[in-house]
Amino acid sequence: MDIVDKMFQGDRLALARLLSILENNTPEVPLVMSRIQQNQDNGYYIGFTGAPGSGKSTLVDKMILQIRNNNLEVGVVAIDPTSPFSGGAILGDRIRMQNHALDPGVFIRSLATRGSLGGLSRAAKNTARILNASGKDYCIIETVGVGQVEIDIVDTADTTVVVLMPDTGDSIQAIKAGIMEIADIIVVNKADLKGTDQLIADLMLMLHENQRHSWWQVPVIATQADKNIGIKELFEKIEEHKEVLKDTGMLVAKRKEQRVSEFMEIIEQTLLDVILESQKDDSEFCEIINNVMAGLIDPYSAAKKVFGNENLIKRWMMRLSSEILIERRRVDA
Amino acid sequence: MYGVMFLALLSSLKAIAYKEAQMDTKKVLMTKMGLDGHDFGVKILCQMYRNAGFEVVYTGQRQTAEMVVAAAIEEDVDVIGISTLSGAHMHSVPLTMEEQKKQNIDIPVIVGGTIPPADVEKLKKVGVAEVFPTGTDANMSIEFIKKLPNRKSLKRG
Repeated sequence: MDIVDKMFQGDRLALARLLSILENNTPEVPLVMSRIQQNQDNGYYIGFTGAPGSGKSTLVDKMILQIRNNNLEVGVVAIDPTSPFSGGAILGDRIRMQNHALDPGVFIRSLATRGSLGGLSRAAKNTARILNASGKDYCIIETVGVGQVEIDIVDTADTTVVVLMPDTGDSIQAIKAGIMEIADIIVVNKADLKGTDQLIADLMLMLHENQRHSWWQVPVIATQADKNIGIKELFEKIEEHKEVLKDTGMLVAKRKEQRVSEFMEIIEQTLLDVILESQKDDSEFCEIINNVMAGLIDPYSAAKKVFGNENLIKRWMMRLSSEILIERRRVDA
Repeated sequence: MYGVMFLALLSSLKAIAYKEAQMDTKKVLMTKMGLDGHDFGVKILCQMYRNAGFEVVYTGQRQTAEMVVAAAIEEDVDVIGISTLSGAHMHSVPLTMEEQKKQNIDIPVIVGGTIPPADVEKLKKVGVAEVFPTGTDANMSIEFIKKLPNRKSLKRG
């Protein structure tokens, strides 16, 4: 019996070890992911994002409680930023989730962003998938909403909750593009602070002016997570959104879209890998790079030159076909 | 010269894309157990460890042995660091070692804080990998963690 079987039987150690495989992007990842293919769509994904200190972790803590009260199991992926200078990270989301430390129906995993090109979103998505495959009914992905990568991660979520707090900017902040547009539900946390009513009014106006879907009006919910106020309403809205997604067929469509985009991402990554690898000892390509570096040629013309160079493309193709041979040998073995 | 620069650029690009450089990132669980309220030191250590390139999971205060071991399992860490300034280390640390045995895992544990010289050997006897009493240079613990083997936490699976 191997580690994946153990995970399916509810072994927490095996589950944790599988998540480490994803985290470190070891060569076993494709094998693991193919094993859980049949089970990964069982659960429901909820994304929580928002500025640092807006109360995401506390909200998630209370959401876990809400889900557990309904006798359902939940997995949490809590993402914190990696230092761009040292590569280290402080992962502090567990501090707010103490109440569930010994609950076997809850599995919390911290993840550092590690500053990789699209790599994190894949690791985070796969982590969420494995948590769901292990039998969790819900998987919550919590991330600091500051960049494109975070938006990519939240893209995995079926329902995305954006957490805001009052008194952090004027009404223009609320209508800026980006993070606000990915929200399925907006939460105004710390609703006992002054400025709450103003923020909610601004948001309602903004949402009224920019309705994204005819079938879903993004709600604004006021919460005080530390006092457990508004949590039940939030959970009900998430459930409502889930029902609407199911009824309109959007959930199925979304999953289809996600599968294709993940597939394309892997293809893209592999091609890039092959091409980059083959350039190490390609004098022609190096020369073009050097010219680009020295500013002798603009990057667009340089790219045109690369794709107009028949020999260079041929070498890429050869590299690709040798890759196919390696892959075939791997399958045979 | 540009060729060399390009190669260096390429390898760093690849390292970013495939996290090669981070394959051996150490994951550390930092914790304070029982009614030990002084968390100033542990927070400084967390920052030092972050600056050393470790991923630090901080559990917060008032942890029990069961909570520490459960968190260490879920996070699959390379090492558990217990900061203790309350004098209760001879109670909480052996409990943690017991709990590890109960859960069939064997993650190295390091302990730091106000630990009398007489207790250092006692702690090592219950299985603590290393003890860093008050006055130790914090960089010593960084060097110690760096030398630990990676992700060897599982006896099975």
